[in-house]
Amino acid sequence: MSTKSYQAGVKEYRDKYWTPDYVPLDTDLLACFKVTGQPGVPREEVAAAVAAESSTGTWSTVWSELLTDLEYYKGRAYRIEDVPGDAESFYAFVAYPLDLFEEGSVVNVLTSLVGNVFGFKALKHLRLEDIRFPIAYIKTCGGPPAGIQVERDRLNKYGRPMLGATIKPKLGLSAKNYGRAVYECLRGGLDLTKDDENVNSQPFMRWRDRFEFVAEAINKAQQETGERKGHYLNVTASTPEEMYKRAEFAKEVGCPIIMHDFLTGGFTANTGLANWCRDNGMLLHIHRAMHAVIDRHPKHGIHFRVLAKCLRLSGGDHLHTGTVVGKLEGDRNSTLGFVDQLRESFVPEDRSRGVFFDQDWGSMPGVFAVASGGIHVWHMPALVTIFGDDSVLQFGGGTQGHPWGNAAGAAANRVALEASVKARNEGREIEKEARDILTDAARTSPELAIAMETWKEIKFEFETVDKLDVG
Amino acid sequence: MAQTNTTGDYQTTQTLETFGFLPKMDASEIQAQVAYIIANGWSPAIEHEHPSNAFDHYWTMWKLPFFGETDINAVLAELEACHRSYPDHHVRLIGYDSYTQSQGSSFVVFEAR
Repeated sequence: MSTKSYQAGVKEYRDKYWTPDYVPLDTDLLACFKVTGQPGVPREEVAAAVAAESSTGTWSTVWSELLTDLEYYKGRAYRIEDVPGDAESFYAFVAYPLDLFEEGSVVNVLTSLVGNVFGFKALKHLRLEDIRFPIAYIKTCGGPPAGIQVERDRLNKYGRPMLGATIKPKLGLSAKNYGRAVYECLRGGLDLTKDDENVNSQPFMRWRDRFEFVAEAINKAQQETGERKGHYLNVTASTPEEMYKRAEFAKEVGCPIIMHDFLTGGFTANTGLANWCRDNGMLLHIHRAMHAVIDRHPKHGIHFRVLAKCLRLSGGDHLHTGTVVGKLEGDRNSTLGFVDQLRESFVPEDRSRGVFFDQDWGSMPGVFAVASGGIHVWHMPALVTIFGDDSVLQFGGGTQGHPWGNAAGAAANRVALEASVKARNEGREIEKEARDILTDAARTSPELAIAMETWKEIKFEFETVDKLDVG
Repeated sequence: MAQTNTTGDYQTTQTLETFGFLPKMDASEIQAQVAYIIANGWSPAIEHEHPSNAFDHYWTMWKLPFFGETDINAVLAELEACHRSYPDHHVRLIGYDSYTQSQGSSFVVFEAR
């Protein structure tokens, strides 16, 4: 076995880390990177460098390598593919042995895969496109505190997407006025309302006051409508200790769901909070502030499908996914690709949706896809078609901008949603027949009629920046 | 629409979850929703409850779920029979999805008189 001898110096990465004959194991963690190397560096060398720098390698040979079996521990670049329509970049596929990663820690996985390697000088750009987590690893992660099925049962919502809204204006309301806005939305027909992501505990509205008034709003709306309601109380704070304090109080006042920003808060904080939710019977809504910094550039960063997969492992019952049709960036096929990763138990490789690997989720609970941002009643049939029942459709301005106020705006959205679902169940093509379906529904709902009039001209038609790679 | 002095006054109502905001369905509309449940391979089931207890998770079952039932008219007849027996109860139709272990559909077909 000990036939190797130590020779100091710098080696070419590809001697050790480029292994085109390697057949990945079922237990390997696989990654696909989109790599843009500096001019003149061979693809194999760049791919091998990525594999090395994200696993066992460093720039120089060291004597202590010979104390272990690096053949067992090293990452391997095993395939290179052209990027369709892009001569400058290529896909590098890397296999990592399972033992490189601590159990149940997406933090550890990301620290390796998107760590130092992203600043490597031989690379112009680097983007982590996808990770295949082996089922053996998935079984070590806690995942969503409740999951889609349990949340539906707790909230008694079946056969349709849930309906929500972010309370506006996002900053500046007092706690009592804020609770008023919540109550009006919920009594009008929304299932859930949401703290805006930057509502934490500012001087104009401290968290404890907000929680108490919102709890009263939920209870009153439940009694009056006979339906189950909730509001995502944002517990995101400067320290985990402070988050747990707020979470405990949210539970104490009887709110069924709390909220966290998983990227600004961080995966460690998120996983801890998800575990707390699981132990305490609370649902967890996840916002994604900062994601576009990481995922929007088509050649550098981390694709959102990876962040979405990591969130499902770390834990969350809802995750924002964009709307495709609203004011925020989102390619339709790409969005469908990562929505599948949140909800399904198995997702097959499908390059037309940007899915690079088969992904087996086993028994991991599903996460509701949340569509939020610049959407209104006219979008409803398209949203129901794109996102299906296991989603939360959130209309902030599209509820509270209604000429008659939040309750009427909520009712308009609820009528539009239920009319769309009913028509879909009847076998109609609701995206094509959107105008007819909504116009019919508005005959018995003056609230919807006014909403349709108010938002008839609002569209957000801009080219997507981050498109799928096609020739 | 007619502008009256109540325009803009939204009154809260008891809405009983899914489809609670739509007008009462007629026979052919109910039939279409039953057909949707059967076409999905879900098991139709009927539950009823007095309005005073409607917020509870559990309503009383009308017989057992109709496992394997593919006849739309048989399900409609059961809905009618339940409604006749409990005219002062809400009656809801459920489609049990054994794959997701959830309810693919659930809505109140007859409201209590």
